[in-house]
This record gives sequence, C-alpha cells and structure tokens, in this order.
Amino acid sequence: MVVMDVQRRNNITVTGPADAPAVVLAHGFGCDQNMWRLIVPALAARHRVVLFDYVGSGGSDLSAWSEERYSSLDGYAQDVADVCEALDLEDAVFVGHSVSAMVGVLAARIVPESIGALVMVAPSPCYIDDEGYRGGFAAEDIDELLASLESNYLGWSSAMAPVIMGNPDRPELGQELTNSFCATDPDIARVFARTTFLTDSRGDLESVTVPTLVLECAQDVIAPREVGAYVHAAIPSSRLVTLDAIGHCPQLSAPEATARAILDFLDTRP
Amino acid sequence: MCRTGDSPDPAGAGGRARTAAAFSALLEDSAEELYESAPCGYLSTLMDGTIAKINRTLLDWLGLEREDVVGSMRFTDLLTVGGKLYHETHFAPLLRMQGELRGIALEIRKAGGGRLPVLVSSVVKYGTEGQPLLIRTTVFDASDRRAYEEELLRRRQDAERARAEAERARAEAEEAHRQAEADRLRLADALAVLQQSLLPEILPVVPGVETAVHYHTASPDQLGGDFYDVFPVDGTRWAFFLGDVCGKGPQAAALTSLTRYTLRAAAHHNPVPAAALTTLNTVLHDRYTAGGDPRYCTCVFGILEPGADGSAAVHLASGGHPPAIVLRADGRAELLPTPGGLLVGILPDAPFVTATATLAPGDTILLYTDGLTEARTGPTRDHLYGEDALLAFAADQAPAAPGEVIEALTDLLRGFGDGLDDDTALLALGVPATPSPTGPATNHSR
Repeated sequence: MVVMDVQRRNNITVTGPADAPAVVLAHGFGCDQNMWRLIVPALAARHRVVLFDYVGSGGSDLSAWSEERYSSLDGYAQDVADVCEALDLEDAVFVGHSVSAMVGVLAARIVPESIGALVMVAPSPCYIDDEGYRGGFAAEDIDELLASLESNYLGWSSAMAPVIMGNPDRPELGQELTNSFCATDPDIARVFARTTFLTDSRGDLESVTVPTLVLECAQDVIAPREVGAYVHAAIPSSRLVTLDAIGHCPQLSAPEATARAILDFLDTRP
Repeated sequence: MCRTGDSPDPAGAGGRARTAAAFSALLEDSAEELYESAPCGYLSTLMDGTIAKINRTLLDWLGLEREDVVGSMRFTDLLTVGGKLYHETHFAPLLRMQGELRGIALEIRKAGGGRLPVLVSSVVKYGTEGQPLLIRTTVFDASDRRAYEEELLRRRQDAERARAEAERARAEAEEAHRQAEADRLRLADALAVLQQSLLPEILPVVPGVETAVHYHTASPDQLGGDFYDVFPVDGTRWAFFLGDVCGKGPQAAALTSLTRYTLRAAAHHNPVPAAALTTLNTVLHDRYTAGGDPRYCTCVFGILEPGADGSAAVHLASGGHPPAIVLRADGRAELLPTPGGLLVGILPDAPFVTATATLAPGDTILLYTDGLTEARTGPTRDHLYGEDALLAFAADQAPAAPGEVIEALTDLLRGFGDGLDDDTALLALGVPATPSPTGPATNHSR
C-alpha cells in the first residue's frame, strides 16, 4: 500500500522529535485519536508520537471501510500494521486503549519488527462472562449497548460526514461539529461494537513476548481489576500498574498519572 | 394598532396589582423549592461520578431515598448495563473533551426494577485554575418521546428491510434475466443446428438439370415449419419435394423430420408421387391425428426424369399445397395444376393424383411455400401479396434459369421487409436452354 494512502486513510498525525523513539497511540471503541490529546504533550517531549484513527472512526477514510474486514480484530490489527509500515517504524511502543490493547497483541504478530513493546490501557481480552472467567458482561448487555448507539447518533449525519472529514480546519463549522470526536456512522459503530465486545481474545495473550505494561484503573466497569490481573498473569513479560483513576478512560480522567506511568515504562523497558 | 387614552386597559392599575401578587407568590417559591420540585431531575456529581446532590423529582422517579444515593452511588449506578457501556465509551470521554454534552438518550433503572427512558444533559463546572470540579446534570423524562423515536426507528428498519428485499429481488430478477438471455442464446444456437438438420446440407447435382433453393427463417428463436429436399431414387429419376408443416417450434420440427424421412423412404419404395403422399398421409395420420393430436402438412412431391432429348418429364402430386409455377422458355408463366390433394395427415384415407408435365429446354419449375404469397404488402401491411401477383412476377422473369428465378425472388422477399413474417422456402428446377458443357449448376441460398 502506498504510504500517502495510509496517511490519509487512517488520518495519521505525528508529533514530537522525528528521531526520537516512536510511540503509537491507538484509540478504542467509541471515539477517535482525540482521546489522547491530554497526554500527547507529555509524551511528545521526548518521543515521536504517532496518532491515527481506525478506518471507520474519526477522520479516517470511510470509503475504505468494509464490514468484512472490520468484523474481526484482525482487520484493525492490519490497520496498525499498515500504519507501522507506512511510517517505517522500528521497535516502537504500541499504546492501545481498551479493545486496542488486544489489537496491539495481534499487530505485534504481523509486524514484530515494528512493535517492540506494548502498553495495554484498560485492557480486556473478553468482555463476556465465561466459566471460571468474569469479563463483566452478558451477551444481552451488548444488545443494550447497541440500542444506546441506535438512540444516540451523537451528531452523526451522512450529510455532515464529508464536512467532518474534509474540513478539520474550518472553525466556523465548530458548532455543527459538536460531538464529532465520537461521531460514527451508525452501521460502522454497530460492527465495531460487536467486534469489540463479542470477541474472545484470551487465547492470544500467550503469544505476547515483548515487554508489556498493563495499565488498569482502580475502578472501571468495562475492565474490572480482576480482568487486569488475568491479563497480567497471562503475559509473563508484563508489568501491572493500577492507576488511581475511575472510569474506563484514564487518559482523560487522570492524564498526568497515565502519562507518568507510560513514560516510566518507556524509560525503564528492558 | 394605537390604543386611545379612554379605552379600558386590562393591564391597568388593578391588573398590575394582581400580577405583582402572583409574582411575589412565585418569589416565595425558594430556589431550594425550585430545585427540589422542578419538572426535571437534577444531579451533581464529583468528577469520579459520585453523586453529591440530587433533587426530589429524580429521587421520586428512581424510587430511592436521598441517603441511599448521595455519597454512595455513582451516576453510572443509575444506568442499565448497556447504558454503562455507552457512558464509558462515549458519554464520559465526550464530556471530558467538550465540557458539556446535551440530549443523550439513556435509560435509568428504578428501584422497583422498571426502567425510565431519559434525556440527559451534563455540564462540567471548572475551578478558577480551569480544573474540572464537578458535573451538573439534568434528566428529562423521555418516555413518550422514546416511544415515538422507537416507532420511527421501527419504521426506518422496516423501510430498510423492504429496501434490502427490493434490492435483493431486483438482483435476482437481473440474474434470472441474464440466465434467460444465456438460455435463449444457447437455444438459438441449438435451433440453428437443428434447423440445418431438417434441410439438406447441399442439393445433389442432377445431370442435365439446374437447381436452386432459398430458405428464409422468420425467427431465429423458432424452428421453421418449411421443408424441401432433392435426392436420386434410381439411376434415371430424381425425387424432390417442398412443403410446410402446421405450427412452429419443436413439435413442428419433429413433424418435419418425420415427413422428410417418410417421403424419402416412400420414394425409394414406389417412386410415384401420389403413392409417396399416400404413404406420408398414412404415417402422419397414425402418428398424430389418430391419437387425438391432429397435425398435418402441405406438400408438393415430384419425380423428375431427364430425357435424352434435353427435356425432362415431371410427375407431380400435391397435398393441399399452392400450385407450382412453370416459367416457360417462350416467356410465359403458368400454374401447374395438381388436381385434388387434401392436407396430408388429416384424414385416414386421402386421395392424391399424379399430374405430369414436360420441361422443355429453358423451362423452369418453381415450388414455394405460402410465406411468399401471404407476405403482407402495401403501406399499412394489410394486403397479401397473393398468387396472381406471384404469377405476374414469374411472367416478368420468364424465361429464366432456376438461379435467376431464385435470385429475383430473394430480392422480392427482401423488399417485403417486415411484411414477410413467415418462413419461406423456394425451390426451382430447370432444364438449361442450351446444354452446358460443364454440366448443370446448383444454386443454394438461405
């Protein structure tokens, strides 16, 4: 794939010193790369920070989306691999939030030379309860989430999509762009939600051999602490850090602590 | 409109006093009272979601007491599980990034187990340093509105389903059409091959006689019902026939096939035209009409016997077929009468009579099917070409060798355009005016 195509397709933005070690920040289900904006300045001081949107989210090229590809985490992992290859990354640290933590595990298998370490922010390899495993949810709960998605398009309209996509620098559109960070085509959101919450990736954890930071929140309904402990136990090369944060998005609710934990890991990784 | 000073004023001194009284009554309605009994739910939470303040209205909706809630529950505890997921993945991140969020549809769980659809708006209150301090939230009862939205959603889903079904049906129809078109082409190919098999590949060379044919198929999709053949029956005699079976298509093709091979066999058995047609009549009647499936053909059958003097004797019988025309060497054209002759295959016993004529050098005999005489002509295509016109046309051509006659008639057929809507077979046999040193000519056209 041509580099420029991936740049545009995945809405890649790169900040920080060009020759510094690279950190790739991957958003989860729901919003887009803006999720990271409170911690980017801290990371970009000494790292080359790569931000992108998965195809179907944020400012990505929606025309590149297909239900077939993005109905499995492998499709998202291929996006990550494409981004790594487009930027020619070597030994980068992949920071994945929520479902992206597992996407990073899969991507590290596709482009092992590009991804040298993983930071899993509020990860969960399986959201649905299973025998001997408590993911926190039942399959019916996911239907409820889909119903919530149906009732809240959050500023999405097919007519607005081109505006959001094509004119990020036109402030006069700001009013209309309310909620645009989470504005997703409802059909795409539905597929992403199903893929996120109905995939059981527990079996993939054992393939992780790179140094890994499991970053969990003290209270997180989506990724409870027992799940964090499960992930940490399944990856021998992992370190577990529990942030004194509430909710599923510590990069927003506790940005300083989150940035500090990530930088500690970056500075001390083997 | 201007008000005159004298007219009574409803907002005059007395009215103003009443309004002021109402206002002061409202003012006694304390801010506290307004908050607690407002027609919407109020909620203040710390940044971690812990509920710090909640009004009476919302407590009543929830069926909870203040002490159950304040300081011990989080906003997300009020939500359904799906709502919690939605809150964590969309609501909370957006609120953090934008500082406010309006009109989000959620469901809150009541203490009794019921659910209340609500619309939620939240604003973050910031401290002087810009640090977020707390979240203020209003909650509106959206039961009716949600029911309406669900109705709209259901309609939209119905419409989408219908559209998808229509799209699928259209695709299926397109595929069926493609398939049908492919089938039609394949069938047309098969028909063309079969049609060929029903007609002689080439006419045999008949010593001392020139032959020419033309066959026009009205539709490539259907087998034609016209047939002809020329073949030797012994060292001195040649048989020829031309006819038209009833109907079109595969049934007609089967009838044609049976007719053609029966006539060939009959001619070898007894080369007398009336006998050949009698045999054909018996065969077709037994095969079709006797079994309750009346099928028949019209046919002219002839035996040609070239003589030593350059002329040829023609023995001819007809079964319900238009009479042959002879183009004489002297320029005349005449019908060759074949008396009697019913449709072949209709009656169990049909009388056929053999007539005899002589073809002198330069004479040509023409056999044709009614596609020619029944071609529609005239500006409105409602006039049939007819036997008289054909005879006149033949007279104009005479004298003419078989090839010339067929060529002229082919031009005539082409001139009919879409007035020629039936299959047409033409067969001409003639004795050359002067014997050709290289032998006789055979002329085919289809």
